[in-house]
Amino acid sequence: MEYVNPLTGFRVDGRRPNEMRQLKGEVGVVARADGSALFEMGNTRVIAAVYGPREIQNRGQQVNSNEALVRCEYRMAEFSTGDRRRKPKGDRRSTEISLVIRQTMEASILTHLMPRSQIDIFVQVLQADGGTRSACINAATLALADAGIPMRDIVTSCSAGYLCSTPLLDLNYIEDSAGGPDVTVGILTKMDKVTLLQMDAKLPMDTFENVMELAIEGCKAIATYIREVLLENTKRLECQRG
Amino acid sequence: MLQSKSFVKKTKQGRIQKVVREHYLRDDVYCGFVPCSACDAAAERKLDAAAAAILVVDTNVVLHQIDLLENPAIEDVVLLSVVLDEVKNKNLAVFNRIKALCTNKARRFYVFANEQHRDTYVKDMVGESSNDRNDRAIRVAACWYQSHLGESTKVLLITNDRDNKRKAIEEGLNAETVESYVRSLAQPGLLDLVVVPTSGDVTMEDAEDHRPSKKKVIYNEHKPMSEVTSGLRCGIYHQGKLRVNRYNPFEAYVGSESIGDEIVIHGRSNMNRAFDGDIVAVELLPQDQWHESKSFIADDDEEEEDVHLAPNSADDAPRNTSSTQSTVGSSAPSVSSRPIGRVVGIIKRNWNSYCGSLEPMPMPAGSRGVAHALFVSKDRRIPKIRIQTRQLENLVNKRIIVAVDSWDVLSRYPSGHYVRTIGDIGDKETETEVVLIENDINTRPFSTQVLACLPPLPWTLSLEDLSNPNRQDLRHVRVFSVDPPGCRDIDDALHCTLLPNGNFEVGVHIADVTNFVHPGTPLDEEAAQRGTSVYLVGQRIDMLPKPLTEDVCSLRADVERLAFSVIWEMTPDADIISTRYTKSVIKSCAAMSYVEAQARMDDSRLVDPLTVDLRNLNSLAKIMRQRRCERGALTLASAEVKFEIDSETHDPLDIGMYQIREANQMIEEFMLAANISVAEKILKYFPLCSLLRRHPSPTKEMLEPLLRTASSVGLNLDVSSSKALAESLDNAKSNDPYFNKLIRILATRCMTQAVYFCSGDLTFSEYYHYGLAASLYTHFTSPIRRYADVVVHRLLAAALDIAKLPPIFQDGPQLTGIADNLNYRHRNAQMASRASVELHTLIYFRTRPTDTEARIVKVKANGFIVFVPKFGIEGPIYLTPRGDKGGDWVVDEVHQRVTKPGTNISYAVLQTVRIHMEVVEPQPHRPKLQLTLI
Repeated sequence: MEYVNPLTGFRVDGRRPNEMRQLKGEVGVVARADGSALFEMGNTRVIAAVYGPREIQNRGQQVNSNEALVRCEYRMAEFSTGDRRRKPKGDRRSTEISLVIRQTMEASILTHLMPRSQIDIFVQVLQADGGTRSACINAATLALADAGIPMRDIVTSCSAGYLCSTPLLDLNYIEDSAGGPDVTVGILTKMDKVTLLQMDAKLPMDTFENVMELAIEGCKAIATYIREVLLENTKRLECQRG
Repeated sequence: MLQSKSFVKKTKQGRIQKVVREHYLRDDVYCGFVPCSACDAAAERKLDAAAAAILVVDTNVVLHQIDLLENPAIEDVVLLSVVLDEVKNKNLAVFNRIKALCTNKARRFYVFANEQHRDTYVKDMVGESSNDRNDRAIRVAACWYQSHLGESTKVLLITNDRDNKRKAIEEGLNAETVESYVRSLAQPGLLDLVVVPTSGDVTMEDAEDHRPSKKKVIYNEHKPMSEVTSGLRCGIYHQGKLRVNRYNPFEAYVGSESIGDEIVIHGRSNMNRAFDGDIVAVELLPQDQWHESKSFIADDDEEEEDVHLAPNSADDAPRNTSSTQSTVGSSAPSVSSRPIGRVVGIIKRNWNSYCGSLEPMPMPAGSRGVAHALFVSKDRRIPKIRIQTRQLENLVNKRIIVAVDSWDVLSRYPSGHYVRTIGDIGDKETETEVVLIENDINTRPFSTQVLACLPPLPWTLSLEDLSNPNRQDLRHVRVFSVDPPGCRDIDDALHCTLLPNGNFEVGVHIADVTNFVHPGTPLDEEAAQRGTSVYLVGQRIDMLPKPLTEDVCSLRADVERLAFSVIWEMTPDADIISTRYTKSVIKSCAAMSYVEAQARMDDSRLVDPLTVDLRNLNSLAKIMRQRRCERGALTLASAEVKFEIDSETHDPLDIGMYQIREANQMIEEFMLAANISVAEKILKYFPLCSLLRRHPSPTKEMLEPLLRTASSVGLNLDVSSSKALAESLDNAKSNDPYFNKLIRILATRCMTQAVYFCSGDLTFSEYYHYGLAASLYTHFTSPIRRYADVVVHRLLAAALDIAKLPPIFQDGPQLTGIADNLNYRHRNAQMASRASVELHTLIYFRTRPTDTEARIVKVKANGFIVFVPKFGIEGPIYLTPRGDKGGDWVVDEVHQRVTKPGTNISYAVLQTVRIHMEVVEPQPHRPKLQLTLI
């Protein structure tokens, strides 16, 4: 199948290879949580809620008493895909993504400032259309910022693939299921450090660099957008205060 | 950037699923009109300001009138993405042609992504069919163009759909049919390219031909697709590819997987308008109609009849040849074991353009008007095609190309249209071109982009190459090459040195083509597409440009050349002790022909080092050959002939069998060994993406004709394995010296072709090469003339860590695609060489009627097929006069013998007969070689 039309240069959904889907971010969507956010990348829609820092519920889990414990739970809603999923949680994929998100967020949270406490991040996929991993990380970042948890930098994530000999930014579900390489990158934008890099396929080194470069560009664009959302939110809060 | 969502419902494995996809609409899709100021200045522009009109074409125009669009008279065409998508779904071949037009810089064809444009995207309306929706999208886009470009530029919608045209005019657009537009261009030649619509889309201008009372349905209506699919599912119908008998176009076979046997189809009416190569659905006839009909050789002129050029006249009915065939000739029609069926539907058409000529006919009185003519394809499997032309006088006695458009139930022949003229019939150049076109061989000169990839000429060895640590300097080694006389593209050379320990160092040096052909360059793409060089009689069509083929890569004598070498250490008993692969620099000391090399080896007075090397190699080769045969390699034979060509007229002067000497076999042996060594190496490093060559073992059914022939002459062949077959072929001796060769030729014909494949696609046991009895084989030794070898060179270089593996090897389907293309090209190249030999044979015998000896290879009811060993010709001989269906002769299938009852005249297979060969011209400009019994 042609994922990039050779005559018009457009992808199946009308984007150019280096274009992202439409982004949408909103904070404060779950009233009970300490911080929450909704994040959309095209048709992928994710909600994140953050609880904490709070007292550790199960001391057995505590590894280092000088640092906060970060926990993360990823799950997909039964209705998030076309077919109804039977096991929304606890399968290998969910466990893996939970771990990935936790590790990525841990890298940016200043955990040493909050000893003997724990932070819970819940992410739920409402609608899946490729790139859920990235969308979850972006949503978690927004939610953590909303909760006021101290962070080194904003972590953002974006995926990029390589189909029809072209690096493609932000794969949607059709492109994702094409079986080509899918590079998911998470970076600390200001510090320019990579906190997440995943790929489960083979790519020659030079092409891989191009694809990763594209994904990093995507991350930076998302960071700019997230900052805007946060700034607007802060302004709104300022207004409310008077 | 605006966004909208399109909702599509889609079934997947029977389940209904709702799929939601995003669809981004944009404002940065530009019109491509050169003087347009509203669009972004940097955007690509193709549509010329001076154009009389900007043409917007609809899907059916592209699908049916592609020959017209390819004509340079049609320019400034806008192709909408909705049209391209539809074309792609309906006919991939046409899509590739239109794609080539759009990417061609010289043509002004612009692709407008109307589905992505904010103003031209149309939403599906409730209750609207997708056809109507697409038509509407086309009209909306045309409207947008008109308003975007303003009144000064005319935008013309070209459509043959009456409804669409009416709506377009209602919406204030300019719309015309193809025919009226072409008429307005006032180029009469162009009108021949226009496909005349057969359905009621447009009122036919030749309405006076319309004689409804005389219309008669000749063929059965094809079953609707839904019925065909359900019939296939419940097993009433059988699907398969239709193959028409080469000798008898009224007989066809459909290989069906559901039955596991071939279904025979007799007669044009049972074939029901299917062409050779079509995928068809077949219904079996009741078993009592499964008559074993005699296999006839249909004469060329069997189809000769009064030509009724007015279409759809009643007397156009196909005579059912099968019914007469099955009753006459055999007193009691036996019920055959082979199923017989008829075509009920065509699943996929294999319509193409065909080369041929018009059937001779009296010139109509008013030569300026539209004339109907019947086109006879050179390929006998294709039925005659009815065409309309306005330039009849220019087309008679020419070779022309015609494309098929439709085949109506009311019409005996399919209708098509003229595409282009090649040249005069019988002219050598024309006929050679026909051969090339028929085999899809690209003879165009290499493009400037391709030539730009060549190294600067004249090329000499640079210091850089010498200082390359991966390249070994072997210039001091006595390397030489042995090739056919007059060979300019020398891609292999050898050396053989005696080592102090009594062993031999044997090296095979292959031209280092990949040093000049880099992956991904236009040169590489062109070579990949051509796949192989094609050798015709007195002509060569190169895969790589001439400077590479004949000079830079060619391992000529006394010049320094780059090579890729395989070097073995061998004991005098030809056991390989070690194998080494390296890139190298060599300097060949002699480029010999086979004859020269053989003469040197045979001349016992010569003891110079080169001759000694040759003798050493030859003795090693003999041992290797012996060992290979013991393993079960087959020595097959084919009837290769050689022409001596007049240097002035390029006409053949003499013809004879190609003689195989020991020197040929010596070179062959080392090339085989090199190929096997390389195959082992690359497969070890790249088990999933190596390009190898395999030769599938023939099945019992395929060897059946060979066994039958052999048993009729009292020979028992053991075909249980290649080794057994090789042995029984060796034992097939009689007092007739040619007998063994003949049996080998027949055996060769029963084999399948060896094919290239990608190692990841098959399991190890399937890699086997039957003919060579080798578990692994590939092609490494001729990179100048075969692209497969170029691929293998890259793999080997990557395996040696000299070069990086190009990314294409990571892509399994693409690699498989390359292998498939190579197989296709290879087969076509072989067919073309064979056809070229046939053509030259014809030219040779035109002035030289000859009497010679021939061998019968196949027996039929009204004659037999003979093979002339001296000239490598095969052809039919008729025992009965034309038209007579062979009532006098009785065929004995078991003994492969045809006898005349009451007399003792009989002919059996493999029998020697004296024949007379002569070129006759039953019709002017249609020469053919006729064989008659003396």
